[in-house]
Amino acid sequence: MKAVSVEEAVAMIPPGASVMVGGFMGVGTPERLLDEVVRQKKTGLTLICNDAAIPGKGVGKLFDAALVSKLTATHIGLNPNAQKQMLANQIAVDLVPQGTFVERIRAGGCGLGGVLTPTGVGTLVADGKRQIEVDGKPFLLETALRAQFALVHAFLADYIGNLAYALTSRNFNPVMAMAADTVIVTADNIVPVGVIAPDHVVTPAPLVDYLITNG
Amino acid sequence: MEPQIVIARRVAQELKTGNLVNLGIGIPTLVANYVPPDLKVFFQSENGLIGTGPIPEQGMAHPTLTDAGGRPISALPGACVFDSAMSFGLIRGGHVDVTVLGGLQVDAHGLLANWMIPGKMVPGMGGAMDLVSGAKRVIVAMQHAAKGKSKIVAKCSLPLTSARPVNLVVTDMAVIGFPDGKATLLETAPGVSVGEVLAVTEAELAVPDHVPEMKL
Repeated sequence: MKAVSVEEAVAMIPPGASVMVGGFMGVGTPERLLDEVVRQKKTGLTLICNDAAIPGKGVGKLFDAALVSKLTATHIGLNPNAQKQMLANQIAVDLVPQGTFVERIRAGGCGLGGVLTPTGVGTLVADGKRQIEVDGKPFLLETALRAQFALVHAFLADYIGNLAYALTSRNFNPVMAMAADTVIVTADNIVPVGVIAPDHVVTPAPLVDYLITNG
Repeated sequence: MEPQIVIARRVAQELKTGNLVNLGIGIPTLVANYVPPDLKVFFQSENGLIGTGPIPEQGMAHPTLTDAGGRPISALPGACVFDSAMSFGLIRGGHVDVTVLGGLQVDAHGLLANWMIPGKMVPGMGGAMDLVSGAKRVIVAMQHAAKGKSKIVAKCSLPLTSARPVNLVVTDMAVIGFPDGKATLLETAPGVSVGEVLAVTEAELAVPDHVPEMKL
């Protein structure tokens, strides 16, 4: 783990990069990283995030600034800007059931090629996918999902990068911290090693590449 | 009684002590208000919480304690939090006893459409497909008709949420079940006759000899 400024961290992300962003409706989202992505105008991003949040909050800011060209998400209904950009074909949107979304990312982080899920069998979601029977039950083959970068937000990070989360801001963060080539973390509190008890570490330090220092 | 309250109160009667329950947005959210206090139910919020409590008092909201719509909630004693993989493992893995969801259409075989209107409303399915595929019992809570058009249809014209049929539909006019895969009128709402239900229902309903009124 290396401690860096938010400017340095975002400078590593090239335009057109694939980026996973933790958070659920902007809760548990690394806001400082997203503000800096907007400031550095990282265009053409492939965004992987549960939702599009709302304008002005979380990944909503990336749509306000029209920085996204591809989006994989489960729900974008509460962000009119993302809806407009989808209907105008400015962004290509892949809508995925939420359980499938998180399992694809988990698979990507755990060295699996994908998962078999009953969710989506017999619906539009099954179009173009392989259906596989196991013990007489139909499942869809959903392939693994990874990204070049994961932008993660934690409640606590210790000096070596162990992470713990708060309440519902945990959501996709620990799963995404497994599934990207480079993991960049912001934390509400940076604390000495040992403050997070071993039993309470959710994301182990070796998964974290960069921790954003306090500004 | 307002139609939404009829639905919420009737659905609340389906919950049992010890159940792990997931409520969708809209009418389903209201169900929590009508659970009798002696009934101990665990409510799950799919963004990673079991033990969802009511909206906190003014000034007590915490930015990291929210429901799936991002709104502030509270947590009850005994609450626990987890990541989204665990949350949907609970849902898809059959650990959720009951899910209550809104609906756009339910057909004569209990198939549900509730996530998109092609060309008009494409918000994404969120957790709906996993909930219908995985919960032990799926209850749809919705108005019987919208703009005079039956939402209980012969066959869904909108895209399906799952190939798995729902277990029960509770509307402001009736309770409908699917024994042997066939839509059956189980109860009528107070003051609503069997004939009135049949008149506004597009799907063919089986009608037992005796159809009791909802006890609210």
